[in-house]
Amino acid sequence: MTLDHPVALAPAERAVQLIGGDLTEKSLRLHLEGLPGVDAVGLEARAADLGTRSIKTTSKAWALDKIISLIDLTTLEGSDTPGKVRSLVAKAMVPDASDAATPRVAAVCVYGDMVADAVAALGSAHSAGRDDGINVAAVATAFPSGRASLSVKLSDTADAVSAGADEIDMVIDRGAFLAGRFGLVFDQIVAVKEACRRTDGSYAHLKVILETGELTTYDNVRRASWLAILAGGDFIKTSTGKVAPAATLPVTLLMLQVVRDWHNLTGERIGVKPAGGIRTSKDAIKYLVTVAETVGEEWLDPHLFRFGASSLLNDVLLQRQKLTTGHYSGPDYVTID
Amino acid sequence: MSRITVPKTFKLYIGGKFPRSESGRVYEVVTAKGAFLANAAQASRKDARDAVVAARSALSGWAGATGYNRGQVMYRIAELLEGRRAQFIDEIRSSEGVSASAAEAQVDAAIDVWVWYAGWADKYVQVAGNGNPVSGPYFNISTPEPTGVVAIIAPQQSSLLGFVSVVAPALVSGNTVVVISSQSSPLSAISLSEVLATSDVPGGVVNVLTGSAAEVAPWLASHADVNAIDLAGAGELDWVDLQIAAADTLKRVLPPEDGVSAASVERIIFFTETKTVWHTKGLI
Repeated sequence: MTLDHPVALAPAERAVQLIGGDLTEKSLRLHLEGLPGVDAVGLEARAADLGTRSIKTTSKAWALDKIISLIDLTTLEGSDTPGKVRSLVAKAMVPDASDAATPRVAAVCVYGDMVADAVAALGSAHSAGRDDGINVAAVATAFPSGRASLSVKLSDTADAVSAGADEIDMVIDRGAFLAGRFGLVFDQIVAVKEACRRTDGSYAHLKVILETGELTTYDNVRRASWLAILAGGDFIKTSTGKVAPAATLPVTLLMLQVVRDWHNLTGERIGVKPAGGIRTSKDAIKYLVTVAETVGEEWLDPHLFRFGASSLLNDVLLQRQKLTTGHYSGPDYVTID
Repeated sequence: MSRITVPKTFKLYIGGKFPRSESGRVYEVVTAKGAFLANAAQASRKDARDAVVAARSALSGWAGATGYNRGQVMYRIAELLEGRRAQFIDEIRSSEGVSASAAEAQVDAAIDVWVWYAGWADKYVQVAGNGNPVSGPYFNISTPEPTGVVAIIAPQQSSLLGFVSVVAPALVSGNTVVVISSQSSPLSAISLSEVLATSDVPGGVVNVLTGSAAEVAPWLASHADVNAIDLAGAGELDWVDLQIAAADTLKRVLPPEDGVSAASVERIIFFTETKTVWHTKGLI
């Protein structure tokens, strides 16, 4: 697509610093298309290799607790009720009633209209800016498809923020991205970021969902990751969980590499959230290894890495019970929502 | 021209598939006289864990099938066993070192027992269930339902008849099973699992582990997702400890037996739970 005249983009601080003051669709395109291509075979081989590390006994116990503390416990169904959100919150606060030493999860992730229910159910356990509580994350911007006008997306976001959401999980317009309209996607992210602003001037954390299953190539994933970071995303997230394939290890590794490059370039730390399709402790541990060996162990922190999952927690709890009791546990010993 | 022998390496039967042991181990199965017969997979605790997961996920389908349907499926297995008579006789002769007629008698007895239990599939409820007498305008009905996942340690000596005599009664009421076969002569159990894989039994309903019961049984006895354990072939093991481990999670436990367990309805009913419901008469 050629542009007759340069379209100026919303001034996003990071993009202005990296690309320069004359931020246009063309300069953004030149930057994103100038990114080196991804060695797909090498990437997949590296991811497969990272999946072979043996994590046992005390390391495994540490990993399981770490996984729990990194989980965004999620329910994103059309059938969600206030009661279901309350039980999800109860599980987030006390994941395993048989063991008080079990850590809490990082956040609960719900649809925007359920935020008020989640905040009410959390009560004093709601972080609301503190470091020790549980966050409420809301999906917004016409999740999961992202097919709505910008004004709908912005009011969707603003509603969730005013209801008390600490984190906003937005979806990018994949249609526009695949059509090559990087500027449109960029502007939307900048606008949503602005909609995350609270009345007191602080911002809700913005996680940008790339929906990598729809981006078709690793090159696109790398471009979308850069785009989301340049536009001001605090986190880049793989998927909505509604599209297969959802999170995969190679894609997460690639996004972590972008985050590492950004950190080397600017010293700024961006978070990564693989979501969807991670159901077993074994898989989750592979992700921990990938994070530790790509960007470093400091990223194994709820501020910088999250798992978007619902069934993963139960599997981790079963493994945890096996480690503490010495015998295998079963699904009768964890709550099923 | 002389041919090179092709020794077989058998695998486990878990969830309707034939995986190698997670541990990668195999052990040699030898004839009664000590000659090499085949390699069999030596199951580890993780194979037992996987088998329990497979059995649990197969439970709702198998327990939810009608008794008549389960009976038909089991009868079909008896037909397949008939078709493989020669193979079973051959395997029993070589691994147990018995005469042809003794092996033949064992195969006949095994098939007969299987058919006998298959017949009970749609009848045991009538025997074990009851319409309870009550002094009120309602019915009160007790009915047996399968207990869930049953772990079984098959008899060590009688490889086919012993195996069938413990698996069939647990299966017929709708339980799914994880069986540790005879360690010294597992071939009949492996061949039977090949029969099951090509029959109408859904994958995961029967899971067969070969290897050391002494190693695997404690994990099954303490496993919180196993509802009952049949220690029929555990006479040589430290089976009191197995009972104690099983008691922690309130499992039903059948103690070890000498020889082959006799066919009995009690064996079917042991692996069931009684559900009692009432229903009003007023609406009729």
